[in-house]
Amino acid sequence: MSGAGSALVAAPRRRTYWVFILPAVVTVGAVILFPWAFTLWMSLNEWKLGESRHFVGLANYVRLAGDGRFLESLWHTILYTALSVAAPVFLGLIAALIFNERLPMRGLLRGIFVMPMMATPVAIALVWTMMFNPQLGVLNYLLSLVGIGPQAWVYHPASVIPSLVMVETWQWTPLVMLIVLGGLATVPAEPYESAEIDGATSWQKFRFITLPMIAPFLLLAAMIRTVDALKSFDIIYAITQGGPGTASETINLYLYSVAFAYYDVGYGSAIAVVFFVLIVVLSLVLLHLRQRSKWNEIGDAA
Amino acid sequence: MTARTLLRRIGLFFAVLVIISPALMFFVWMLSLSLKYEIDNGTYPPILIPDRFAWKNYTQILSSNNFLGFFENSVLVTGGATLMALLVGVPAGYGIARMKAHSAAVVVMIARMTPGLSFLIPLFLLFQWLGLMGTLWPQILIHLVVTVPIVIWIMIGYFETTPKELEEAAIIDGATQWQVFRLVALPIAKPGIVVAFILALIFSWNNFVFGIVLATRETRTLPVAVYNMLSFEQVSWGPLAAAALVVTLPVLILTVVAQRQIVAGLTAGAVKGG
Repeated sequence: MSGAGSALVAAPRRRTYWVFILPAVVTVGAVILFPWAFTLWMSLNEWKLGESRHFVGLANYVRLAGDGRFLESLWHTILYTALSVAAPVFLGLIAALIFNERLPMRGLLRGIFVMPMMATPVAIALVWTMMFNPQLGVLNYLLSLVGIGPQAWVYHPASVIPSLVMVETWQWTPLVMLIVLGGLATVPAEPYESAEIDGATSWQKFRFITLPMIAPFLLLAAMIRTVDALKSFDIIYAITQGGPGTASETINLYLYSVAFAYYDVGYGSAIAVVFFVLIVVLSLVLLHLRQRSKWNEIGDAA
Repeated sequence: MTARTLLRRIGLFFAVLVIISPALMFFVWMLSLSLKYEIDNGTYPPILIPDRFAWKNYTQILSSNNFLGFFENSVLVTGGATLMALLVGVPAGYGIARMKAHSAAVVVMIARMTPGLSFLIPLFLLFQWLGLMGTLWPQILIHLVVTVPIVIWIMIGYFETTPKELEEAAIIDGATQWQVFRLVALPIAKPGIVVAFILALIFSWNNFVFGIVLATRETRTLPVAVYNMLSFEQVSWGPLAAAALVVTLPVLILTVVAQRQIVAGLTAGAVKGG
């Protein structure tokens, strides 16, 4: 009796939930799915704004494979991304271990630590530009205090990418810290107690208990960093616009130039598609690794 | 307290100081730059606290360059895109969570991961054909690309953890689907909605890339306006730093005040806009 009753209730319920989703389906269709489909179609056409459009099949993709500037930007993107994953993950792990300790004013300190990633990127970029200034910037002054000569920072092709990575690291280490801190909260106390009895050193406890336990969280943080660093735009555009020359031009910046400086929307769309595929492949891996939400944090986090 | 724990406390204190100092020193320096006259910003070695404060940097920024107009644009674009995202995204998160529609969640996730620029080319053309350029509508609509996935993603995660028993009891008592959502599910989800609201607000406010393409002279949002000052209108550091601080101050205040919600939302959804 009760089994039949709940089946009767459950059957229409499944259907009626669509009412809740419908407005979002329309919105997502208009601002997300339509652009995806339209970009794919545009990438098969030769089309500059204000000129006529012809269907050219895969010609834009063939052109991409032989475009030196694109290949150079691909290399910049890989270098930028690799450095912008490694540095924040390493520093974020250390920061998480420190924030995991009992601290007075932990909430306030964590709030300050998190500020760089929430602040408006353009506003930050503007101040970093002033700090990078070779003559009057505060960074060269700070270096002079420890006996290091002035650097060219973002004004030299050899140092521009490491300098931008420094900004990116400053900005996004907090996100890694938060994810790893969430992981540390799940580590039980028992293994440490038995390790204590066995006389393990702090390093051994970290290496053989903590690290394996938080490895999935480190992986998740590394994946998120990878996707975000690949599509980094604001900081690079506002500080160097891809310069000097094209020394810091990543795929995203090249895409911007092609589409909105040269108005070559067909070719730009082909770049967008290739870039999109690259990121989606990585996103699917990320989704696969997604941990269940830690919602109890809202109630009892310090 | 033994000497050993005292030593450990002191060590920890210095470790915390070291890791928060890059953030702290940056914003202190930003404040310092914004409060110095041109002559104090141009000295070497640099000075942190000048003899006299250049409050005029702030009054100059607030009174010139149509700054208040840009502020209004930012409020309308961010406010519009965030409210529309909540209207659409909260019910959607509920529906997706209750139907366990994982494929829908995948679409949202991929949307979150797509670079903003790849939405910009087709929507730019669409807005031109629709004759919307020159109004705020293109920016409000394209900011949905940022806000809708954040809201849906956070709400899916939240509704997955709220108990279903109450809703089932209400249905047995004869409540309609809408009543169950409105009177049972929604009140419980309030903390999640606050998190979604705050994060959508911040990432929309901070967005830059959509504005540089879609904004005309009159429809610039604050991040675009500040960037334009850097390139064309303003070269002195004091007013520039003051403008940068004014733009990001609402976000910084929100970050410190609501840091618990922000931390919870970011660790749950691991979101970032743009």
